Amino acid sequence: MAGVEVENGRDDMVIDGCENGQQPKPMQNIVAFDGVNVNYLKLYYGKFFPHADMFKWMSYGNDGKHPGCDHSYFGRREFSFTLDNDIYLRFQSFSGLSEFENAIREKCPFKIDIGPVYNVDPAKRHAYAQSGDNVFTPAERELVFDIDISDYDDVRYCCSGADVCLECWPLMTVAIKVIDSALRDDFGFNHILWVYSGRRGVHCWVCDGKARRLNNEQRSAIADYFRVYKGNENSHKKVSLTGQALHPFLVRAYNDVLKTAFEEKLLLSQNLLSHEERYETILRMIPDESLTSELRAKWGDNRRSKDINTVRWQQLKQLLQSGRQKFQGLRRCVEEIVFSFTYPRIDMEVSRHMNHLLKAPFCIHPKTGRVCVPIDPKNCEEFDPLAVPTLSKLLEELNVESPQSRGHNDWDRTSLGDSVRFFQSSFLQPLLKSCKEEIESSYGAKLQESKNSMSW
Amino acid sequence: MEVLRSQRKTAESNDVVSSLPLYRSAPALEVRLEDFELYAIDRLRVLKGISDGLSRGKKPDEMEKLVDNLWRLHMRHPHSSEDRNKDIISHFVLRLVYCRTEELRRWFLSTETSLFRYRFRLQTIESQRTLMSEFNLPYKTVSNSEFENVKEKINQVARSIGQSPSSADSIFYKVPFEEVPDLVASRRVYILKGQAYVAMSQLVSLVVTQFRTLLSKALVLTNRKWTSMIREQEKDRLTPLVESLSSSYLGPDYSQPSDFAEISLKDIDQVAQSSFPLCMRHLFEKLREDHHLKHGGRMQLGLFLKGVGLKLDDALAFWKAEFSRKVGAERFDKEYAYGIRHNYGKEGKRTDYTPYSCQKIISSVPSVGDHHGCPYRHFSEENLRAALGRMGVSNRALEDVIDRVRNKHYQLACTLTFEAVHNTSCDAGINHPNQYFSDSKRILESKNPSNPA
Ligand code: SF4
Ligand SMILES: [Zn+2]
Repeated sequence: MAGVEVENGRDDMVIDGCENGQQPKPMQNIVAFDGVNVNYLKLYYGKFFPHADMFKWMSYGNDGKHPGCDHSYFGRREFSFTLDNDIYLRFQSFSGLSEFENAIREKCPFKIDIGPVYNVDPAKRHAYAQSGDNVFTPAERELVFDIDISDYDDVRYCCSGADVCLECWPLMTVAIKVIDSALRDDFGFNHILWVYSGRRGVHCWVCDGKARRLNNEQRSAIADYFRVYKGNENSHKKVSLTGQALHPFLVRAYNDVLKTAFEEKLLLSQNLLSHEERYETILRMIPDESLTSELRAKWGDNRRSKDINTVRWQQLKQLLQSGRQKFQGLRRCVEEIVFSFTYPRIDMEVSRHMNHLLKAPFCIHPKTGRVCVPIDPKNCEEFDPLAVPTLSKLLEELNVESPQSRGHNDWDRTSLGDSVRFFQSSFLQPLLKSCKEEIESSYGAKLQESKNSMSW
Repeated sequence: MEVLRSQRKTAESNDVVSSLPLYRSAPALEVRLEDFELYAIDRLRVLKGISDGLSRGKKPDEMEKLVDNLWRLHMRHPHSSEDRNKDIISHFVLRLVYCRTEELRRWFLSTETSLFRYRFRLQTIESQRTLMSEFNLPYKTVSNSEFENVKEKINQVARSIGQSPSSADSIFYKVPFEEVPDLVASRRVYILKGQAYVAMSQLVSLVVTQFRTLLSKALVLTNRKWTSMIREQEKDRLTPLVESLSSSYLGPDYSQPSDFAEISLKDIDQVAQSSFPLCMRHLFEKLREDHHLKHGGRMQLGLFLKGVGLKLDDALAFWKAEFSRKVGAERFDKEYAYGIRHNYGKEGKRTDYTPYSCQKIISSVPSVGDHHGCPYRHFSEENLRAALGRMGVSNRALEDVIDRVRNKHYQLACTLTFEAVHNTSCDAGINHPNQYFSDSKRILESKNPSNPA
């Protein structure tokens, strides 16, 4: 199908082979591998991957007994598998849990992507394409967001590209907090899943019925609502806050999240004002020569004090907010600096289109070997990407715990347990409850309607 | 209280008939078949102008002006009492024309919605209110007590977009945010738990969404009726007309050369250099180089040259001079001269052939050895860049052109080339190679009046 974008080309998959071409003996030299090995992946899909929970999620209550259930629902969902040797299978669809589970176990994909629910079974799309009138279209899709720390390279000094550490991860925490609260308070969504992408960012799945039914224009509107950066990848990203006031959403983001994150975390951890080339970056954002030279003069002596960043930030704020300046353009300057260094940078294209694919939770990142675990937005500050279990660690834990496998719930005894339990209790159960209610009430309404139409 | 007043006002103004119809039901009017077509073509000109304006990225107020002008230009009926009928009839005809495929529907829906948006903005407040009530919008107004709760936020939004805080008697509607995507996207509304607080003055967005929804549903219905009955019932009358309208080229036909366009053999090289669009330049250069062109190229260039005023005798001499170097004069007279006279209506059915429009050229399918077609569509990016470079298109303009090409806006790419080469704007856009030529001549002559062609 034309015009379908695929999230790829970012994490090119290099899969470590086995040394000397030998088949590795499971449970032994596991730790020696830090990539992902097919055999381990097989074990993962056999023992850890929560097939049933994923199926329940993607069914949205339509797998139940209620007469209002749409039993074709799960089967119209597109999955795509990236296999060994970069073979890429699009438009996979499954009639039910066992078919879904068997396909995953059998094909053992290095990556599973989730696409939209189409109006017809995507595997049969060609049959419909014959009719000429483009009837194969996405019908539903979670509203998704993709935030990638490599988009923040101009505001972090500790790492760059795909690397992340605890010094820059707070940028992701800020993004989760700002977006999550706006999705709930402004847009009124309730069923939101945040997932660690396994390496350098986070994904967000908004799963309310209303969110799944948004059209592309409405998705774009939400993405644009979140956007404060002007310019594009080629030009310098720039925040410009104009107008006499900020929109209430931005005010809240600033007061509740950005300001503290900037002043208490990033200012210090990134040493944003500690030496000349860094503070010059910030001074360049102040459009008034006399003020910047005043600050430069103050900061010229290289007095090393422990909290030099904070001292200088206070000086900058005092000067800019002293009321001495008469220029309108300076009013927003402090906020603009804080926004530039902290505000979430969303990959807009991922959110705009229903048919954008996004990696499924609980996949293993092919480069890092880490599981794409859910993140609790309420406690996202505590999330440590470097402590996320890797596949090898899981297998090792399993091995230590009990050498024989004991059927399906192996994850329970490993460090993946908390993640799966969180997924079930905080996301899946409330979601399914509301799906059930929705199915019942819309079925009721339909019955009522048909009664009414009989009664004339 | 505010609500009451607003309702009273609406009630009073019910007798104000808006000049903007909502096209709810097909008109029960007798329409002559000619009017049917003429009206539709006039409206199509407006819609094409709008879609052109939009893809050129015109700003809302520029669009408003454009729509106003286009409407005045094409949709005024000599009897102003007929204006409304023409409006309604033309809309319904095009609905029929554009209901037939998803792609046509999408185009019609978006251009008609834009047309409606800007026409709505041009209405008086009274007329806007009337329309508003005609839609029967299901939204609740914000009550006084509720307004007090959100007042501060609403004013914050107003200040953030450079408006003065709303006065006490302003009316707000609570609308699901999905229904006002443009207001959400630009953060021009306060949103709380999925409800957007939309001011009376922002209702354009509401009404437009409503209009769009209605039209979108109507198009699907029309399509059903079309396939199930109308196409068959009307197969001798409306159907051929409907089928030809969606692909019709709307400009003048250029089969008669215009006054500016007299050219003679002696300055044809210089004129080709200065005023031919890229498609013709390319054919012209290839002909000079290879002394030959295949059939498609001979037709495309030959008819174009006829359109720019090359007389039949000159045309024969011109083609002969080139072809005889390759195939000999004798073979030319035998095999090729006929075709040229044919183009000029001197052979065969003696119909005057019309020069090809851009649309026709762009949709042609040149194969190996062919040089006809539209370079913006049919050249590789590399070749196109080189060709544009030779035309003197500077780097920045060149990137713009390439950008349009990537988005498949070939005629816009050609328009931008025209603008870059002539250093003026070309608001009408390029729709026909002969139009490119005559516009170019006109501009060059106005720049250099001492040297008339
Ligand atoms: S857009 Fe029209 S005039 Fe321009 S090159 Fe293509 S066919 Fe020729
Ligand atoms: Zn880092």
